[in-house]
Amino acid sequence: MAQSSTKKKPFAAMIVMGVVSIALYTTLLMKQDVINSTFAQGGWYALLPIVVAFIFSYFHGGFTGHFWTVLGVEAARKKREVK
Amino acid sequence: MHDIATSFINLDGITILYLFGVGFVGGLVSGFIGSGGAFVLTPGMMSLGVPGLMAVASNMCHKFPKALVGAMKRFKYGQVDVKLGLILGVSAEAGVLYGAGIQEKIKATYGDAGSNLYVSVAFVVILATVGGFVLYDAWKTYRSGNANSEEKAGKLAMWVQSINIPYTMVYFKSINARVSILFTIPLGFATGMMAATIAVGGFVGVPSMIYVLGAPSLMASATELVIAFVMGLGGSLKYALHGMVDIRLAMIILAGSLFGIQLGAIGTTYVKPFMIKVVMGLIMVIVLFSRGLMVPVYLSQLGLIDKLGDTTVKLLKNSSFAIMIFALLLGAFIVLRAMWQGKQAEKLQHALGALEHGEV
Repeated sequence: MAQSSTKKKPFAAMIVMGVVSIALYTTLLMKQDVINSTFAQGGWYALLPIVVAFIFSYFHGGFTGHFWTVLGVEAARKKREVK
Repeated sequence: MHDIATSFINLDGITILYLFGVGFVGGLVSGFIGSGGAFVLTPGMMSLGVPGLMAVASNMCHKFPKALVGAMKRFKYGQVDVKLGLILGVSAEAGVLYGAGIQEKIKATYGDAGSNLYVSVAFVVILATVGGFVLYDAWKTYRSGNANSEEKAGKLAMWVQSINIPYTMVYFKSINARVSILFTIPLGFATGMMAATIAVGGFVGVPSMIYVLGAPSLMASATELVIAFVMGLGGSLKYALHGMVDIRLAMIILAGSLFGIQLGAIGTTYVKPFMIKVVMGLIMVIVLFSRGLMVPVYLSQLGLIDKLGDTTVKLLKNSSFAIMIFALLLGAFIVLRAMWQGKQAEKLQHALGALEHGEV
């Protein structure tokens, strides 16, 4: 990433991750009543928020990472290793 | 469960934007110093009408995926010691459970005001000692003109590294030495207890990695994200078992904080290591004043001092919350400014290099 000034910007990956991310958030807000009542049951349903958090972090995390790269906000080119 | 289900708040556009914004700033600071944000997020959610426990649970549920993304990002920069993070994280989990137990006992014995007083006093005492020391150390480094040189382990860390206890020694790459896990266990435990008490374990975790174990600031703050992931995952599961997580709140905060944490992580590659201590120390000291303002309120509620008037209580509460937000915003501002300056310096260096090579 650091040496990427000449690298192609990840537009396609950002758009794909962004679209999935928007879809996930739209579903979450549209179906919030069902989701809340299901997740509030606890017990084995406790795994649902954990799984949902992992899924959101994968897609939205990927999107935000590519978002900053596309904007040109990247790590410094030197001192990547701090040891 | 019915009670929990009916305590979900209604989300409107303003609320969503507010949670997204606070999440972004909290994420930015977390990506940089390894923790932070929770001390504003939890009371921030409660101010929207979210019950206390649900606010804590939802904060936890946004924390572990955020920490995971931040840790992965900083791992790419060679800043994460996964082994140290996991070992500290497991003992921190035990600390969280113990700390939560203490909290419950205090609440059962002295009520909400007693519990709040305990949290505030813990905040003030720990932030005053640890935060003051971190800030003093950063200032000393700045004044000595050694801000650019590689960090060296202090006397305490050298002593800890010199102790050899058979069958307990583990090599950690961040420290580049073998350290007994009999030292790491209490540090992790204390980090967990802090997370359960004041919601920000990193205020103990990061300084203890730096000053007790001898890890460089950048690696300590990055490794804290692994600890936060382990603690957050365990804590979320614990609360989710009782149906306490409001996944909508957690994911909206996560939406903002993932933008922030990526930026904060990138920021660490532009700054001198002592800047981690500056940001962390400043936030700790400012938050200390914020919590200190609330101590008279709780003392008054417990009847230990004369009763305060409603206007005074309201003023103290609002001032306390405003100071906390200021602490977070100041941290974010320093991170962004340091990043901007680093980026400009890099551009200048690049331009000078091009000139020297006759490319321009």
